[in-house]
Order: sequence, then structure tokens, then C-alpha cells
Amino acid sequence: MNLAQTAEVEEFRAEARDWLARRVPSSPLPSLETAEGFAAHREWEAQLHADRWSVVSWPEEYGGRGADIVKWLVFEEEYWAAGAPGRVSQNGINLLAPTLFDHASPQQRARVLPSMASGEVIWAQAWSEPESGSDLASLKSRARRTDGGWLLSGQKTWSSRAAFADRAFGIFRTDPDTPKPHQGLTYLMFDLRAPGVTVRPIGRLDGKPAFAELFLDRVFVPDEDVIGEPGQGWRIAMSTTGNERGLTLRSPGRFLAAADRLVGLWHGHGDPSDTALRDRVADAVVGARAYELFTWANASRFAAGETIGAESSLNKVFWSEYDIALHETALDLLGPDAELADGEWAEPWVFSLAGPIYAGTNEIQRDIIAERLLGLPKGRR
Amino acid sequence: MRFLLTDEQSDFARTLRSLLGSAQVPAAVRAWADGDAGPGRALWSRLAATGLFALAVPEAHEGAGLLPLELSLGLVELGRAGVPGPVVESAAACVLLSELADESLAKRFLPGLALGEASATLTLPGGSPYAPDADAATYCFTVSQAGVLRLAGAPAGPLRSTDPARRLSLPPADGGELLAEGPEVTRAAGVAWRWARLLTAAQCLGVGEALLARTVEYAKQRTQFGTPIGSFQAVKHRLADTLLALEFARPLVWAAALSPGPGEVAAAKLAAGEASYRAAMTALQLHGAVGYTEELDLSLWLRKARPLRDAWGTPSACRAEVLRSLTPRRR
Ligand SMILES: Cc1cc2nc3c(=O)[nH]c(=O)nc-3n(C[C@H](O)[C@H](O)[C@H](O)COP(=O)(O)OP(=O)(O)OC[C@H]3O[C@@H](n4cnc5c(N)ncnc54)[C@H](O)[C@@H]3O)c2cc1C
Repeated sequence: MNLAQTAEVEEFRAEARDWLARRVPSSPLPSLETAEGFAAHREWEAQLHADRWSVVSWPEEYGGRGADIVKWLVFEEEYWAAGAPGRVSQNGINLLAPTLFDHASPQQRARVLPSMASGEVIWAQAWSEPESGSDLASLKSRARRTDGGWLLSGQKTWSSRAAFADRAFGIFRTDPDTPKPHQGLTYLMFDLRAPGVTVRPIGRLDGKPAFAELFLDRVFVPDEDVIGEPGQGWRIAMSTTGNERGLTLRSPGRFLAAADRLVGLWHGHGDPSDTALRDRVADAVVGARAYELFTWANASRFAAGETIGAESSLNKVFWSEYDIALHETALDLLGPDAELADGEWAEPWVFSLAGPIYAGTNEIQRDIIAERLLGLPKGRR
Repeated sequence: MRFLLTDEQSDFARTLRSLLGSAQVPAAVRAWADGDAGPGRALWSRLAATGLFALAVPEAHEGAGLLPLELSLGLVELGRAGVPGPVVESAAACVLLSELADESLAKRFLPGLALGEASATLTLPGGSPYAPDADAATYCFTVSQAGVLRLAGAPAGPLRSTDPARRLSLPPADGGELLAEGPEVTRAAGVAWRWARLLTAAQCLGVGEALLARTVEYAKQRTQFGTPIGSFQAVKHRLADTLLALEFARPLVWAAALSPGPGEVAAAKLAAGEASYRAAMTALQLHGAVGYTEELDLSLWLRKARPLRDAWGTPSACRAEVLRSLTPRRR
């Protein structure tokens, strides 16, 4: 075991740090959960892309740098430490792209990935339905066969930032007569501006128009936009949910940077006699470090060719609860200013509250941990 | 010891509850958040008819006497219904003015406040610099650290709170009409502060109860995996824990209303504030993504829970007060 990085990795770190120091906008961009912020973030991502920093882990032919997981983690560390903006392309880059790398045809990859890397096409995830959240396999939206493709009908909901996104990916029922709900599903991509798509924004808890609900009425999808084999949608989708719970969505770099800001807040606002609050600041620092090291351990396993299974549920529960605790500590430090909605911590706090819900609720994750990692008997579900 | 409400007290709470139950409060809250205080004011005048606002005003000035228990009962109902506006602050302003024993000030402000024709907000020394709802209140009082009571001039436009129905203003530091000054003002401010804290605790209790009740209903009706989510043990346990916390906060609130000493009041606020914030976290979690949208009325309570937990004494400040009140005085 050895926590030191190689000279090559450190060189990569220095290059990233230098670029970020010169290019990160000096004042924060408007929230990416708004139309205005969406546009500003798109521009930022184009800049990242121009110097091949938008998708460092992708192969060079798609705009990346072919960075391995170690370099990716180092890049994330530098990215968040530099105070760089959140990524508006995150759904595409973190959720769709890994699926494409594993299951798409070379033509599909060549068609979809470059414009994703540049922020020119921003993707939304259209999985959930009003009646199908935790029980995603019960989804009812349909894709019916037609000449040269499929016709989508039904309703999707809580699709993050779909109000401003360009395209979406989701799973649809292509065979309603299978014995099990997980069968007969197909994974495909569609245009959010195609005829038959109605996008209705749904205000978030803090009023930002981030989510949208999608009404689909015979929306045409050509065969070339089906990922993998029709009927295999569930298996394909599940092969990448680990990404959402696991590393890519919440890299430790983000929490290390947040813990760092919290420590700054403590030094500025903290009352040294308030030891309870002091302890929670310390807990946040230790939590970020634990998450960082846990991630490095997983990354080492990846690098050694192993795969990560139900362990990604451990990751999910940890980061989501950690995120809330950290932000609550910041609010407690701010005192009366904590409730100002335009304060620096308000939006990230409200967003942290959703962590235990999306990417598989923590109740479901704990069931997975208990059943798959501890071998406890399966419950009623 | 008889630690139960009288019939009269229960009737009062019931009257308020049924009035508020039919009053379309969520629409008034949303309008209030958008800067239209009209529907909220209409609601206030209906509340005034129950005598609610007279409960922090002496009989000599159109009040019913200073009745913290009755008023706390009222605030639980207001919290449960999610009523917008500076009810707590109005009551605290009444207490402040009553305690000052300045006849001309009392005559000038108290009758209107007792009858609910006027409303007030205030800031007190050692507390938040932001006066909630100053843009909608008739009066905005400020007491400075040095014990100067003023009727503040027009405060700067409201800042956005994470609860849009709490509109925060920063009253000018020492602008406005000077009403009184001296140690008497500081003492009265201390009493008013305790009332504000107690009433906020009661309001938190109501907010927490509303969050729990709505979530229980939702858990019975929302199905996933072919069964109501309320049948999953993870869901049941969280709801049971929410009830536990609220039920053990309640006696602290009643005890503090009966004897509003600093330690009792701080204990009540601590327990009720935390229980209601935890109830909000549970409600959000168990509603899943629909709970995270502002379209669902649940959001009106979800967004209240955190600011109210911290208003008039954060949990940390309340803990400090509990310990301070227990320390034997020596010197
Ligand atoms: C901020 C945010 C962003 C999102 N973004 C997207 C997106 O981009 N695309 C998309 O498709 N979806 C998105 N979602 C939706 C998300 O995937 C769902 O909210 C999630 O799957 C939970 O489903 P639900 O909301 O229907 O809750 P439900 O499944 O109805 O669950 C309600 C409650 O019951 C509990 N519960 C359910 N089943 C069980 C069980 N078997 N045992 C114990 N407890 C159980 C849950 O844990 C939860 O607490 C987003 C949600 C949020 C909050």
C-alpha cells in the first residue's frame, strides 16, 4: 500500500491546476438549474472541451485524454479545489457515456460522444415515471415498432434539467407480455424537441425550474438510436446505475473542496467555545478524508481489473448523508444568515437534501447492502 | 398536578383548527411569498375574531391578559396550518410594550394589535438582524443592544429566505422614531424574547405534526413493488421515530408555557425545533421526488421547518441557555 502518486500523475495534476487557475471564472456562474445558468455553463464546458479537459477519462478520438481512473480522480480534486463550476453535462457524461462505451455500436459512439463532450448537446435522464420510482421496473411508457424505428408514448418525470436539455435517454417497454417486469424493456435515446414531446418544467423545492416532466405522444426514434438489443434495456441500464451511485457522480474532490470551505467558514465565523459545532466541522473534514481514501481503494481495485458491485451502495449512502451533514454544519455556523436563499451555502444545502432520494433511495440502498453484502435474507419487495 | 388542558383551552384549539382547515391557507402562503399579503391579511382578520391576538395584551388595552399557554395552543394550530406572517413577532411586540408600563405607548399600539387590526414585527438585541415580514407588518420595532426601542423607518426591500413565505428585512440600525430607552427596555426585551422563543417552539410543534400527518397519509397510499410504502419497515420506523420526537417535545412546550423561565423555554424550543426539522427530513425522504417539488403543498411546511428551528434561538443557543439556567449562581 502506497498513497504517493507517480511523477507522471503529478505532472498531469500540475498541468490541470495551471489551466484551471487561468480559466476558472472569477465569479460564480448563475445556477445551472436556471435557463440563464444553463447557457453560461454550456459556454464554460465548451472552453473545457477546447483544451480537452471536459472528459479527461475518455479516449482521445472523442475529445478526451485517455486518463485512467487515478488521473481522473486527481483532475476532479483540482477541478473542485479551483472552485470550478458544476457540470451541466453530468447526466450525459456520467450516466449515458459509460453505457455507450459498454453497449453502443462504434457508429453510435462516433455520433453521440463528441457533441456531448463539447456541451453542444446536453442530455437528460428519462427513467422515472409517476408510478415508478424505486420500483423502476414497473415502468409503463411504451415503444412500439414502426418502419425504421420506434414510437414512444407515455410519461416520464423528475428528469433533471430536462427543461433546458437537448436530448434524453431512457428505458421503454417494448414487450408488455413478458412474465417479469424487468423483461421486454429497451434502452434508447430521443430528441427532446421531436414532434410529440411536451416538456413541462417542475419547480424544485427552492423554486428553481430544474426538473421536468415529459409527455410523449408517438415520438419517433430511429433504430440507430436504440442502445444494445431491444428487450435488453434493464440489463443495460443496471450495468451503469453503479456509476450513478458510485464514483462518478460524487467524486471525493467535490467533498474535499466543500470541507475546505467549511473549515474556512469555521475560522471566520466559528465560536471556539462552541465545541459541538467545532466537532462537526472536524467530522466533516474526517468524512471527506474517509470518502477520499475509500474511493482510492476502489479505484485501485478497478485499476487491478476488478469490478465493483453492491459496494457502490455503500458509497451512495455515505456521500449522500455526508453531504447533508456538511451543509447543515455550514448553516449552523452561519447563524441568522443561514436562511438567506441567495447565500453561498443555500442552494448546495437544498440540493444535498435530495441526495438520499435520487440515484436509488437510501432505504433501497440499505436493503441492497444488507442483502448482498451481509447476506441477510431478502425482504418482502 | 394536572398536566392536561382545560375544556376551554381544548375548545379554543379546536375552533382554530376548524377555522384554518377551511381557510385555503396554502393559497395565502403562496400569495404571501409572491409579495401579495392580501389573502394572508384576510386570514389574519378571521383569526382575530377568535381572540387570538388579544392573548398577549393586558385587559386594560383590549387584551385578554398575558396568556402564554393559550397563545401557544394557538401557535401550534397556526404552525399546523402553515399560516404566513409575523404572528410570533406581533405577540412578542405586544409583550414588549406591555412590559414597559408606559401608558402612552401602550395606548398607542396595543389596542390595534390586540384586535388584529395591526400587526408588528421586531428585532431584539442578541438575535437575528433580520425582521421577518417587515414589508407586510404595520409596525417594525427594533431594540438595540444599548436598550433603545424604535419604530423603525421603512426597511430595505426583503431578502429571500429559504422559506419564501418568510420575507426578511434589515431594519435601519438606528433610524426611525425613538419610543423608549434605558434598562427597562432591555428587561422588557428579555421577556419578549422568551415569549418569541416559546411561541416559535409551539409553531414548530404544529409544523412537525402537519409534516408527520401528511407523510403518514402518503405512506398509506403510495405503492411501489405492489404494496403501500408504509408497509416497509424502513418507512415505518422513520415515521415512528418522528412521532416519538414530537410527543416528547410537546410536554416541554406546555411546561414552558406554564412557567416561561429561560431554561424551560430553551428546552422547549430545542426539542420542538429539532423534532420538526427531523419531521421535515423524514417527510421529504418518504415522499421521494414529489416531495422535492414546490408544486406539492408539503413544500410549504418543508421549507418552514429549518428557519423556524433556528429563529429566536438555534438549537445550540438553546442548549447553552438550558445549561446556564441550571448553573447555581455564585460569586
Ligand atoms: C433531485 C432529484 C433528481 C432526480 N433526477 C432524475 C433524473 O434525472 N431522471 C430520472 O429518471 N429520475 C430522477 N429522479 C427521480 C429519482 O430517481 C426517484 O425519486 C427515486 O428513484 C425514488 O422514487 P420516488 O421518488 O418515486 O419514491 P418512491 O419510490 O415512491 O419512494 C418513496 C419512499 O418510500 C421508500 N421505499 C420505496 N420502496 C421501498 C422499499 N422496498 N423498502 C423501503 N423503503 C421503500 C423510498 O425509499 C422513499 O423513502 C430525481 C429525483 C430527485 C429528488
